[in-house]
Amino acid sequence: MQLHGLSAHELAHGLAAREFSAREVVEDHLSHIKAVEDGVQAFLLTTPETACAEADAVDQARAAGEDLPPLAGVPVAHKDLFCTRGVRTTCGSRILEDFVPPYDATVVARCREARLPVLGKTNMDEFAMGSSTENSAFQVTGNPWDLERVPGGSSGGSAAAVAAGEAPFALGTDTGGSIRQPASLCGIVGMKPTYGRVSRYGVVAYASSLDQVGPFARNVTDCALLLGTIAGHDTMDATSVTDAPPDYVAEMRRGVDGLRAGLPKELFGEGIDPAVKSTILAAVDKLANLGIEIEEVEMPHVDYSLPCYYIIAPAECSSNLARYDGVRYGHRTAEPVSDIYDLFSKSRAEGFGPEVRLRIMLGTYTLSAGYYDAYYVKALKVRTLIKSDFDRAFEKYDVLLSPTSPTTAFKIGEKADDPLEMKLADICTIPVNLAGLPGMSVPCGFVEGLPVGMQIIGKPFGEPEMLRVAYGYEQAMGWERRRAAL
Amino acid sequence: MPEITEAEVRHVASLAKLALSEEELARVGRELNRILDYFAELQQLNTSEVPITSHALPLVNVYREDAVGESLSPDEATQNAPDGVDGYFRVPRIVE
Repeated sequence: MQLHGLSAHELAHGLAAREFSAREVVEDHLSHIKAVEDGVQAFLLTTPETACAEADAVDQARAAGEDLPPLAGVPVAHKDLFCTRGVRTTCGSRILEDFVPPYDATVVARCREARLPVLGKTNMDEFAMGSSTENSAFQVTGNPWDLERVPGGSSGGSAAAVAAGEAPFALGTDTGGSIRQPASLCGIVGMKPTYGRVSRYGVVAYASSLDQVGPFARNVTDCALLLGTIAGHDTMDATSVTDAPPDYVAEMRRGVDGLRAGLPKELFGEGIDPAVKSTILAAVDKLANLGIEIEEVEMPHVDYSLPCYYIIAPAECSSNLARYDGVRYGHRTAEPVSDIYDLFSKSRAEGFGPEVRLRIMLGTYTLSAGYYDAYYVKALKVRTLIKSDFDRAFEKYDVLLSPTSPTTAFKIGEKADDPLEMKLADICTIPVNLAGLPGMSVPCGFVEGLPVGMQIIGKPFGEPEMLRVAYGYEQAMGWERRRAAL
Repeated sequence: MPEITEAEVRHVASLAKLALSEEELARVGRELNRILDYFAELQQLNTSEVPITSHALPLVNVYREDAVGESLSPDEATQNAPDGVDGYFRVPRIVE
């Protein structure tokens, strides 16, 4: 029986009804991974033995009549940025090539408590820095819709795995668009929750004031289910909020009646491919037909998001990545060293890839004496202005709508040598991280056979309203039924 | 904004503890200058009266009781050390 095409909620239903076993579900996904992975290369590592053992345990518990969590036996894949106890975690970097964490990230532990067998760890841009997954030190992931194109990034492996049917859903992280942009390019649903909604404990840090964990899925229901699995307070992350998350699936079904949406003019400006723009505007028309009240809104400071982000994220990264020193874990140079600083400097230069080295240099520079006020403090002030634009817009609207990515998937190698050009891939997603807001991407059509995603931005903790819009649209359109042919 | 000089790039590399080759120093210098040019846009905004935002959420310190809990054993804590001996990390001599 072919099980890998089924969605997570269909799998959960079939498992509960004993139409098939968790072992069969996992084995079917593993054999599909084997069949398509040569082309897709979404996984850095698969964990077939433990996945089968976890599935067997679910089957035995079900046979014994034990109470099981609703998604028990539905497999998941994790971005290789999450610490997984006893399973190598590389962050796509040579510097952590042999790193085996002694503990689980909280999101990994929550998936384990929900009894989701883990299929493996997915490819990513090194330390989540990039928008195409080409910055991985290990392999290049192909977009399932066209293997010569990038899946987006940095969570490109998770997005490609879900789009290719290798996993029904997966987790990623989003610092400037790293869930939403690959979801858009791979034609699936991806959500960056509100900052603080999901614990970051055990998630290797890139830019701590922006990083957030979130789900990828092929439909809105599965996205809501996986969000519900990982959301909630964690004493191990001081930035996680204490109030309990709602039932996202119940919220999602409340319909779109009475919701108001704004279209930020600045996110439809130059730089957005005209065909992408018209696809988004068609989706907006559809939402208007469904009864959502829609207006254009001006958010003038949003235009400054990219330089603002490009100061803040590298500054935080230069501090976070100081821990890789060749002493406690990670790569240590084999060259002769004159002293401990020489050991640090050689180990780091050898272990980090070019984009990571550049961002560490940039962040160190903008934080250094004499430049701190001109760059870093300036960016933090502009961040306030950007956030105020959102605050004002949300006095009037429940959600904001825009393109997720200014273009469809680009060719592998097309932007690889130009970090500034690459960053333009994130112009619509970055402002959301700066303001700490939730955002999601939902499939809304195709341009020349390549998927286009619409971004839905919510108020702080406004995931329910976003999901209502996304689900209402999905029910009306059915884009999620169209799959990449592999 | 002034151009970043070669000497400054070397200084930043030493602060960042990155032993970069001559070629890499030149590449990074070029990239940094391009990126810093791009940052000039922000100077168009008058922010003299604007407070900073370091976090989007209003965060406060989180306190807890100082209670004994579980932690990693010395073996687990050092299992990934490139040069670990008997639960210690070995490094080059740091005091003469």
